[in-house]
Amino acid sequence: MNALLQEYLPLVIFTGISLAMGLALLVAPFIVAYRQPDPEKLSAYECGFNAFDDARMKFDVRFYLVAIIFIIFDLEVAFLFPWAITFGQLGVFGFWSMMVFLAVLTVGFIYEWKKGALEWD
Amino acid sequence: MTVAALFFYVFASICVASAVMVIASRNPVHSVLFLILAFVNAAGLFVLMGAEFLAMILVIVYVGAVAVLFLFVVMMLDVDFTALRQGFLNYLPVGGLVGVVFFGELVAMLMVGAGALAPGAAKAITDPIPPLADVTNTEALGLVLYTRYAYYFQAAGVVLLVAMIGAIVLTLRHKPHVKRQNIADQVARTKATAIKIRRVKPGQGI
Amino acid sequence: MNEASALYPALPELILAGGAMVLLMIGAFGGERATSPMLSYAIALLVVAGLAIAAMPDERVALFNGSFVVDGFAKFLKILAVLGSIGTLWMSGDFLADPDRRKFEYSVLILLATAGMFVLISAGDLIALYLGFELMSLSLYVVAAFDRDNVQSTEAGLKYFVLGALSSGMLLYGASLIYGFTGTVKFAGIAQEAANGGIGLIIGLVLLFAGLCFKVSAVPFHMWTPDVYQGAPTPITAFFASAPKVAAIAAFVRVSFSAFPAIAAQWQQIIIFVAIASMALGAFAAIGQRNIKRLMAYSSIGHMGYALIGLAAATGEGVQGVLVYMAIYVAMTLGTFACIVSMRRNDKPFEEITDLSGLARTNPAQAFVLSMLLFSLAGIPPLAGFFAKFYVFLAAVKAGLFTLAVLGVLASVVGAYYYLLIVKIMYFDEPAPAFDPMGNALRSIVAVTGLFVILFFAYPGPLVEAAAVAAKSLF
Repeated sequence: MNALLQEYLPLVIFTGISLAMGLALLVAPFIVAYRQPDPEKLSAYECGFNAFDDARMKFDVRFYLVAIIFIIFDLEVAFLFPWAITFGQLGVFGFWSMMVFLAVLTVGFIYEWKKGALEWD
Repeated sequence: MTVAALFFYVFASICVASAVMVIASRNPVHSVLFLILAFVNAAGLFVLMGAEFLAMILVIVYVGAVAVLFLFVVMMLDVDFTALRQGFLNYLPVGGLVGVVFFGELVAMLMVGAGALAPGAAKAITDPIPPLADVTNTEALGLVLYTRYAYYFQAAGVVLLVAMIGAIVLTLRHKPHVKRQNIADQVARTKATAIKIRRVKPGQGI
Repeated sequence: MNEASALYPALPELILAGGAMVLLMIGAFGGERATSPMLSYAIALLVVAGLAIAAMPDERVALFNGSFVVDGFAKFLKILAVLGSIGTLWMSGDFLADPDRRKFEYSVLILLATAGMFVLISAGDLIALYLGFELMSLSLYVVAAFDRDNVQSTEAGLKYFVLGALSSGMLLYGASLIYGFTGTVKFAGIAQEAANGGIGLIIGLVLLFAGLCFKVSAVPFHMWTPDVYQGAPTPITAFFASAPKVAAIAAFVRVSFSAFPAIAAQWQQIIIFVAIASMALGAFAAIGQRNIKRLMAYSSIGHMGYALIGLAAATGEGVQGVLVYMAIYVAMTLGTFACIVSMRRNDKPFEEITDLSGLARTNPAQAFVLSMLLFSLAGIPPLAGFFAKFYVFLAAVKAGLFTLAVLGVLASVVGAYYYLLIVKIMYFDEPAPAFDPMGNALRSIVAVTGLFVILFFAYPGPLVEAAAVAAKSLF
């Protein structure tokens, strides 16, 4: 177990350094930067105008559909990794097991293709 | 082992703290970002347990996909979130009570359960994970998932299929009158279907 | 070939899952035209699956390292679940006729939900239990929101989904604690280790039961029921009230008896409390309701309380009582909901109880059968509902749970009030405008369930015997 964790040492060091640098860059301006706040600095520039509305606007629900279909296939692919690694040792049953799984999801794929869920308009 | 323990506490405390921030932060986008932090720390906890594959899947699926989906949803909802938060104090007593009960249960388990696992539990585990020195975690999973646990695997496939059907049934809407390019139609178009020749007599029009 | 024949006990599941995929393909290529034949294809598949179940041998067979168990108990409840699903599809014709809802996915989702129930009923370990729950519930969340342009239906789907996810979370938390304290997910293994599991195991058990109570909508985890039942389209409400309850009760009984027989005294306390609370809430909260679907929601909460009395007895007779209760409950529920589906004027559904007023004058036959069904739900002899209650109370008394039995009788007296109130409205109030004539499908469901409820007393033997055989297979 410890041997496994030692493999992650570079990652820990990397995260530590990036964290330290990020924090340093974030904190340093508060300490050393020259500051003179003025409301004019925040106002619209010259003949620009103020915001009419909230920056957040409604997304189309189709983004959601695309995202959820992506997640489903993402999960499907996740199942392929251990299968690929152990492919040689699984034997016929393991092979067909995966084929059935893929067949089920292919049925789903054909369904969404024919329904037009993969088309934008 | 003390280093591992140290990292456990780091990951666990950040995980719990960011989970609290998911609920407490005013901006929903911040909530999602804290959720991502919680996921990453949970992945760290998995690594500490030696479950590398799960850790990486957590990062890929939850951080890479689910969190993005959450961001979409947050963007999609045109809701005034500060107004939603007004009721927070009303729910605090009930939610707090539930939290206290769960915490009490945990404490009770630690006090009474002492050894966490029951005496016979360790040997009752029928199929222990093979030692990490022999096979990697992903390999160990692969060796059982598709053969020994094929039933769960196929059931999971059907659950994914239901999720797919559900998403399409509930959200797919076709806009009427959208003009599409249909290449087969274009190729099948012949002179006969495309043009019509009329003999127009002079001065009469059609 | 050898491996293929080894899968024979899982044939009904394979028929449903494979058939659902074939239907999905037919629908995907056939488009909207495929919707109405799809209903009959789905019913045919369910009938075939039901026959396959009936043809199974009675002795216990375990597949996939014991994750999948087929025994008499599973057979009985699977047939019940199939009947519930068939009844639902049978009464869905009008609902799907509306052009906005003409979607073939409806039948596919009901089939997949039924496959999930099968997995759940046959679950031999905690992982299969969870997968079955998810397969069933995910399909149910979708069909609850099926009428997606209707705000109430969408709300029902969302509420059901959020609270269902919460209950799945509790179930998983409980399952992981049980795994942690016993070292196994198999029910048989847990049963061996349960005796020395200690308090941690009991906490896991409580959380697992909390998740299960959610799915059977027993108090104190019932709060989603009225809103979801009211909001979901009526045939789907009928589905929620019938087949998934059968599956969830099956899981409840199987987990209790095959995984935790050693700590029966502990879970008995929980079940007794849940049963009393459900019966009381079902009886009292229904009184003020005006919407008949909401009233049926409270009624179903109460009925789950009565069914759990049989489980609380923790004996073979108790389980037999539960099985008889569920069988009669499914019949009564389907019949009543078929009447509710038929409450339409000019193709618009009506759901208020007052819409039924004077039904005895506008449609005497329907009023008669509906009042028989309501009398039966109230448990008035000699109708079937009385026998259902009789068997669970008898088991409770034999197990020494006198207080529980007495409270159950008191609750059914209170509950009788609102059923009788509807009958009074139908027979003695000024008639409301007549409903549209009932379709043949609805008429057949009402007739069959009505006959079953009225004539059950004459020939109760087969059902009670079958339930006894099924119950025996658990012990």
